[in-house]
Amino acid sequence: MEQYIQAPISASDAKKLKAGEYVYITGTIYTARDAAHKRMYEALEKGEKLPIDIKDNIIYYMGPSPARENRPIGSAGPTTSSRMDKYAPALMDLGLIGMIGKGKRSAAVKEAIVRNGAVYFAAVGGAGALLSKAIKSSEVIAYDDLGTEAIRKLEVEKFPVIVVIDSKGNDLYETAVEEYCKL
Amino acid sequence: MREINVSDIVENIKEMCIEANHFLADDMICAMKNAVNTEKSPLGQQILCQLQDNLKIAGEDMIPICQDTGMAVIFVEIGQDVHFVGGDLETAINEGVRQGYTEGYLRKSVVKDPLIRENTKDNTPAIIHYDIVPGDKVKLTVAPKGFGSENMSRVFMLKPADGIEGVKEAVLTAVRDAGPNACPPMVVGVGIGGTFEKCAIMAKKALTRAVNERSTIPYVKDLEEELLETINKTGIGPAGLGGTTTALAVNINTYPTHIAGLPVGVNICCHVNRHAQRII
Repeated sequence: MEQYIQAPISASDAKKLKAGEYVYITGTIYTARDAAHKRMYEALEKGEKLPIDIKDNIIYYMGPSPARENRPIGSAGPTTSSRMDKYAPALMDLGLIGMIGKGKRSAAVKEAIVRNGAVYFAAVGGAGALLSKAIKSSEVIAYDDLGTEAIRKLEVEKFPVIVVIDSKGNDLYETAVEEYCKL
Repeated sequence: MREINVSDIVENIKEMCIEANHFLADDMICAMKNAVNTEKSPLGQQILCQLQDNLKIAGEDMIPICQDTGMAVIFVEIGQDVHFVGGDLETAINEGVRQGYTEGYLRKSVVKDPLIRENTKDNTPAIIHYDIVPGDKVKLTVAPKGFGSENMSRVFMLKPADGIEGVKEAVLTAVRDAGPNACPPMVVGVGIGGTFEKCAIMAKKALTRAVNERSTIPYVKDLEEELLETINKTGIGPAGLGGTTTALAVNINTYPTHIAGLPVGVNICCHVNRHAQRII
């Protein structure tokens, strides 16, 4: 089933999404990967404010290649999410509602997804050229010194993702693989 | 003795970095196309079609196939009758990488120190493997390696008693653990034998062999085919979301080893298995 959603998304809309659904996201999302997560986490530990308001927002685990002239962004596919597992629960507890990446998540992340009614999407890894076409603008809004790892605000239009872990804790990586396993 | 000016190396490496990150080699294009027709899962098929579109957009619009344009892994086979002039070879290779990644709008993904982690801002240094071979030619292979799949690679120091079954188990373990993280459909490079470092380098080099080319050693060819079939029964599928296309090929290289050992290196590569090759 295909769904079209507007980002940021409300908790009630996030709860409607089911593992296995194909979703097109339109609206505003933010990028952050390893170094930005580490910095945000350290800021929280020191009692400082985050550079973005993450409530109801979606973070895309992505560090783009440089944009050519007159283009909003370069290649822009997902990076492996598990490297952000250490930091994701704390962000969800502060209101982060969605994450886009690729690959498995830890038990602690799944628990935080269920606890907060959040959702984990996968974008297709290694499809960075195609995915870049759904990104209409990109602006570095924090941690500029991190280069590709800076936090970017993206305006996306029909950005294609698949719901992998839904708010009930269903995990498509487990169920879909079982269906085709012949060993 | 044939003289080669290192400025030729700079130019070739630069062009190959850009080429490899925007265009797959013919063997990979063909394997990716075939997979669309053989995949059994509808979602898997949809993903493989997206990857076809992705390759088309990458080439037409000059957007890297994947944003992780990799660490530049370079194999250099140097004919022993070649004499390099005009500077030192290693500096020239790194200069080629610097120019390729800067002028080609490729991502700079290399940090200066593994723990201090400050970006070098030009994707240098490259990882360079040199071989001295007969002749007066230089063969360059540029294989930019993304770390989604690199992180899922393994070295297993098996016991001789583990035998071929142990090797199969090791490869399958690495593939299963990699799952969706390594951006399947994968290409699996395997090095069996040698030493700790030799099996890893063989596994890496195996990834640069065309995916439709099998080993010339009969039992190794059989092992490659059997492992591919088994891997495609794991159900992992395209993007790890279920299906029958988990790997496009298993390429195995072997080497003599010690009476006490059976090292196995498994280097996993995603479907963006980049390898540009030139002979100078």
